[in-house]
Amino acid sequence: MEVFGDVLSWFNDRANWRGPSGVAVRLAEHVQVSLAAIVVAMVVALPVAIWLGHKRRFGTLAVNISNIGRALPSFAILAVGSQILGTREVPVIMTTTTFVALVALAIPPLVTNAYVGMAEVPAEVRDAARGMGQSDRQVLFGVELPLAVPLIMAGVRTSAVQVVATATIAAVVGGGGLGRYIIDGFAVQDHVRVVAGAVLVAVLSLATEVTLSGVQRLVTPAGLRASRRTPRIADVSPVDPALQAA
Amino acid sequence: MTFWGPRGWALGVVNTERWLWWEWVRTHPDDILRALREHVVFTVVAVVGGLVLSAPLAFAGTRRPRLRGAILGLAGAVYTIPSLALFAILVPVFGLQRITVILPLVGYTLLILVRNIIAGLDGVSPSLKEAADGMGFTPLARLLRVELPLALPAIIAGVRIATVTTIGLTTIAAIAGLGGLGQLIVVGLNRPMRTAVTVGAVLSVALAVLADLGLGGLQRALTPWARRER
Repeated sequence: MEVFGDVLSWFNDRANWRGPSGVAVRLAEHVQVSLAAIVVAMVVALPVAIWLGHKRRFGTLAVNISNIGRALPSFAILAVGSQILGTREVPVIMTTTTFVALVALAIPPLVTNAYVGMAEVPAEVRDAARGMGQSDRQVLFGVELPLAVPLIMAGVRTSAVQVVATATIAAVVGGGGLGRYIIDGFAVQDHVRVVAGAVLVAVLSLATEVTLSGVQRLVTPAGLRASRRTPRIADVSPVDPALQAA
Repeated sequence: MTFWGPRGWALGVVNTERWLWWEWVRTHPDDILRALREHVVFTVVAVVGGLVLSAPLAFAGTRRPRLRGAILGLAGAVYTIPSLALFAILVPVFGLQRITVILPLVGYTLLILVRNIIAGLDGVSPSLKEAADGMGFTPLARLLRVELPLALPAIIAGVRIATVTTIGLTTIAAIAGLGGLGQLIVVGLNRPMRTAVTVGAVLSVALAVLADLGLGGLQRALTPWARRER
């Protein structure tokens, strides 16, 4: 138990914050790779999912993809990926394996939420927009998308938190990030370093969640904010297609 | 519980590069089965423990809205903490014990289970509850014989998601040296012995898929009325 006192001293030691394996650098590495992965996943997944939701096609696939994503343990993906893609370190994205795995894990919640957000826009709202003479494009960008934004952002939040967590595990297959403290600490039985790393990772995850909840609230159209405090479909991660079906 | 020490696997010609080297699988049934058994035990204990804790929390949440916010907020905060971090923090506290794995796993099931139980109970139509009251049901009888059966589809959906999630999270426990199928992956990466990575990964995915399909089947079998409505 005295480990925890030592953890405080670890955080107080300025040497642990500086240098190539200091907290500042590790934190930057962690944030960089997470941000890169989530942005790439958004660019890949959101346009497709939003379009499919708009057209209300391939719904079963879009809703079930997050079930499939859940059934694939992130550690298994990273381990198998490292055997295929190797563990050579690349600037910014840690290793190719890590990056590919993070993008792959980030996509399912994005797709499901964006699809459901678009497809669940009530038919009468769309019809009203149509009746006012809006084009398909105007309905998509002016009506459906703003109404879907809270749920789309909930998907981004779910994905981002998961990416931050998985980037920690990625240290097993090489690269930097805050996971290094945990993995290397275990390797040399240095529990102080392990716990310090764990605390940093937990704080980063909670900060990600809180920040993105704030963003979610900001991008929610004023009308939606007034009518109901939370989006209709449970906005807490992860989105729950089975529940919606039931 | 025994942990995987640095004991050698006595092998003649070692083929570390093969994705699936049957010779290794054939000579290590005990290691593979123990990893699988640990994984199943962790998952089952965590989900059952999670249900036992979630049920009263959810009941309390349906009665008091303010409590509901607090419970879901707290469970959400736990859910946000990466599992490796939680395992890592508990290792110096409890050591390499089952509790070190199970405590975080139970914590992660809470958000999913409480949310689904509340959603299920909330979904019961007020007129049915009034009808039950009118028939002279006590509050407990109403809960057990009217509300719970109607909430069952949502509850089982939650159990299903919690189980699949837990199977994935248990894999990560091995990084802290806590056993389960992830241990095969860790050993395979360190040795290196690619076959062990394959076996660990394939079994953990297979376990998750089987659990998902099995609980999906249970969900349909227990709630025939849900199928008719759709």
